[in-house]
Amino acid sequence: MIFKAILRVVSKLLIPPIMLFALYVQFHGDFGPGGGFQAGVIFASAFILYALIFGIDNARKVAPAWATRTLLSLGLLLYASVGVAGILLGGNFLDYSVLADNPVIGQHLGITLIEFGVGATVSGAMITIFFIFAHQDG
Amino acid sequence: MEFPGLYNYWITIVLMMVGFYIVIAHDNLIKKVVGLNIFQVSVFVFYISMAKVQGGTAPILDAGIETYSNPLPHVLILTAIVVAVATTALALALVVRIRNAYGTIEDDEIEGQEDDA
Amino acid sequence: MAVTALALVRLRNLFAVVMLAGVFSLLAAVLYVVLDAVDVAFTEAAVGAGITTVLMLGTLALTTSDEKAAPRKTLAPLLLVVATGAVLIYGTMDMPRYGDPNAPIHSHVAPYYLTRTGPDTGLPNVVTAVLASYRGYDTLGEVAVIFTAAVGVLILIGRSRRPKKKRKPADKKEAAQ
Repeated sequence: MIFKAILRVVSKLLIPPIMLFALYVQFHGDFGPGGGFQAGVIFASAFILYALIFGIDNARKVAPAWATRTLLSLGLLLYASVGVAGILLGGNFLDYSVLADNPVIGQHLGITLIEFGVGATVSGAMITIFFIFAHQDG
Repeated sequence: MEFPGLYNYWITIVLMMVGFYIVIAHDNLIKKVVGLNIFQVSVFVFYISMAKVQGGTAPILDAGIETYSNPLPHVLILTAIVVAVATTALALALVVRIRNAYGTIEDDEIEGQEDDA
Repeated sequence: MAVTALALVRLRNLFAVVMLAGVFSLLAAVLYVVLDAVDVAFTEAAVGAGITTVLMLGTLALTTSDEKAAPRKTLAPLLLVVATGAVLIYGTMDMPRYGDPNAPIHSHVAPYYLTRTGPDTGLPNVVTAVLASYRGYDTLGEVAVIFTAAVGVLILIGRSRRPKKKRKPADKKEAAQ
């Protein structure tokens, strides 16, 4: 299977840049196009590519069910807890200005955390859904 | 009444009606999901075309640029697209369950089985 | 784009339908770039053309890839669709013109977001700022919807694959109650 060999080599080359690009989109979303939603999807697509080329079982070893499910719930939890942290520090729910001494830095911190939560949930959801559809118990 | 100024709405309506037609005229459930997706995309196009300002650029602040397109519809549609894929996945999961239960994904055959039962 | 959509109506082979739906999404992404919505185009290209196609193919693998019969009653839906479309086009007559900077949509909160984002958050990307900060509640809801959808898929078809292995945690929970 010569095609399979080419596919394997090319995808091995491609997967690390895809993940790196996802992280770039995640943390550069404040300045250019991008953000948690896109980054999550790109991150998940790296896993999906791996699963398509190397088989579902191998991919499940890299991303076991408990890991993706935890990722799925932790993202939403992080988002909500940033909101609660705003209340505890004396502001409103999801008010980031109180997270740091300087409101602008607080806003920036809050947005970064929240985008990270969004990215975690989206990538967790996409990986979970893909594995379920690919016959494998999610 | 200069009609060409409204063509973005007409494109939206044509797409929307194509999606609508697929949903109501086809019996295959996967085809119906695809039709709903086209309907959704038409609504997205509607929002995004409303946000466009003549001579504006993408809403990323930079020195020396005065007009930006409206960022709010972009935000709404950005999240809507991701939610759309999640709900599509849910719909497809339901289709798979229906296939497991009835052995078919054609609407009329399912109805026929229901009548027999 | 409209041509792709029309081809989707006629095609019977669901595999080709799914592929064309991917092409349709990619065309939509190009359209969003033309309309200055770079963030949205990014999302559509990644989600619509990528993930949705993969999911649809997964469904086809689990079900069947051919649509059975031709639609029986084509005339009535066609008439309904044409009538609805005509009414909607009549409705657009009062809409603001394409790209009009004075349209009502541009005169309420949009200028506020555009002028306040810089001083408030220090972020150049207004879309991210509005998404995460000004409309944080909305986004929290959206994330919750995605979470719920994933859990729903998990319950709907994740469980039926291997009922034995999956039942254990449920039993434990019942025992705990």
